[in-house]
Amino acid sequence: MKKYYYWIILAALIIVLILLPKPLIVSPTVSTIITVLLGLALAGVLVLTLRGHMIGRRTVFLFIGVSLTLPFFMNYRMPIKVSPEVQTLYDAIAKLPPGSKVLAAFDYDPPSAPELQPQAEAFMAFAFKHNLKVIIMGLWPQGPQQADMAVTKVLQEPEIRAKNLRYGVDYVNLGFQSGNEFVIQRMGTSFSGMFPRDIYNTDYDKIPLLNGVENFSNIDFVFNLSSGQPGTVEWVQIAVDRYGVKLGAGNTAVQAPSVYPYLSSRRLTGLAGGMTGAAEFEQATKEIGKANTYILSQSFSHMVVIAFIIIGNAALFVGYRKSKQKGA
Amino acid sequence: MKREIPLIITFVAGVAFVLQYFIPHYPFNRFENIFSDWFSIVGAFAIWLGALSLMKLCLLNISKKSSDWPISLLIIVSFLAIVIAGAIDGFHGLNNVPATSFRDPGTNFDWLYQKVYTPLSSTMFAILAFFVASASYRAFRARNTAATLLLFSAFFVMIGRVPVGDYLSGWLPERMQLSHWANWLMAFPNTAGQRAVMIGIALGTVSTSLRIILGIERSHLEG
Repeated sequence: MKKYYYWIILAALIIVLILLPKPLIVSPTVSTIITVLLGLALAGVLVLTLRGHMIGRRTVFLFIGVSLTLPFFMNYRMPIKVSPEVQTLYDAIAKLPPGSKVLAAFDYDPPSAPELQPQAEAFMAFAFKHNLKVIIMGLWPQGPQQADMAVTKVLQEPEIRAKNLRYGVDYVNLGFQSGNEFVIQRMGTSFSGMFPRDIYNTDYDKIPLLNGVENFSNIDFVFNLSSGQPGTVEWVQIAVDRYGVKLGAGNTAVQAPSVYPYLSSRRLTGLAGGMTGAAEFEQATKEIGKANTYILSQSFSHMVVIAFIIIGNAALFVGYRKSKQKGA
Repeated sequence: MKREIPLIITFVAGVAFVLQYFIPHYPFNRFENIFSDWFSIVGAFAIWLGALSLMKLCLLNISKKSSDWPISLLIIVSFLAIVIAGAIDGFHGLNNVPATSFRDPGTNFDWLYQKVYTPLSSTMFAILAFFVASASYRAFRARNTAATLLLFSAFFVMIGRVPVGDYLSGWLPERMQLSHWANWLMAFPNTAGQRAVMIGIALGTVSTSLRIILGIERSHLEG
């Protein structure tokens, strides 16, 4: 395809999306037709490849763009099975008696928000509904802001609003502190040493929720949302190994594989990894949110990537056949 | 002395760090607090240093009219806009009763964060999806046994980690379903590989740290 064709297709898609009435959710029948058309288009690409017409990366981009976008307008709901690592995470949080103090460490920034923000919202909603006291902090500068966004959103839920939760009594945001793992290490002996004031500049000692919270021994559970370093690895190495903290984590899909060793050694109570983990966590906590919508896009895009892997191998096969023919 | 003093500081700090970790009793436990405080102070200064260094680089680009000087100008404008918005909101917040934060909903900083910074940075990260797809198309090819194993692992993890995997294999017994295969791959071969990498990194870190503490490795003193 010529280069400008892609721009025409993209512009047409954007115009169609703008012109269509909102909110646009197509029926399951139309969704099925779109899925079949997408499948047929991929089959067409496979046939072209087998005939020796190699496709460019722009074709791959176009298919990925379409497969990521279209599911937002579909009315499909796929059953989501909760994996063992998410189930153990949920069980650990669900076992906490009302009034338990939970430290929520927000160690991520907006690029990772599509995967981690739904986990944050589901966790906050669950914690508030079950009367858990949440202490928020961040080792990333943007973390406490992400936490604020999650708190603001879940406080609008009728069930939570009815509880009339108060800042400083039911939840508190201690903000960001620089120092990476040293912050965790110092918190092992003194929270107030690292966070002398909260984000509203209120002294640590004047916050009712923090009365009696001296170090990790006064915390019942730590939930860490992490997308890199400092993050879950540092929390395990210092808070869990040194101070015996009970830790559960939500990670980006990129980071999750690297913390699996901590899961099997039970250093980590549970893990929600990536968008799938977020959707499973929403299912487990029954706090259905954005992850359950996004997971359909991810399913479609994964299928398209798998289709392109098959097409790529078909291209390899065609290449071998051609070179053999030339050799003969 | 120009080399010796930094080497002595490195040695003393390195040994003190090790001691405070393994001997959590007086006087070594005091080191922990002192180092944590100093690390935070140095970290806070490093943020300023980074910001000022970025400003200097951008101003130089603009003054020299380098090829991408408009981008440097954009960086300076964006940087100043968010710093000024945060500072104004912060000062206003201190005067409010009860005090409010510059991060609170409705502030200029929050508007910039939610309407500009978040969509832009999410877009940059989302572009990865396209490159990963393109890279998968070109890289996951069954050229040899190792590549074929990688290909099949990628296939099972990609399809098994999304609901469509169970949707397609739901008719099979539970232990044969695609999600079970993906979970097995993550829990066993992946964990084994990650452990090997972790142990390798740990040994490398220990040996490099010892070389730095003992002054054998001096590359950190250069530049």
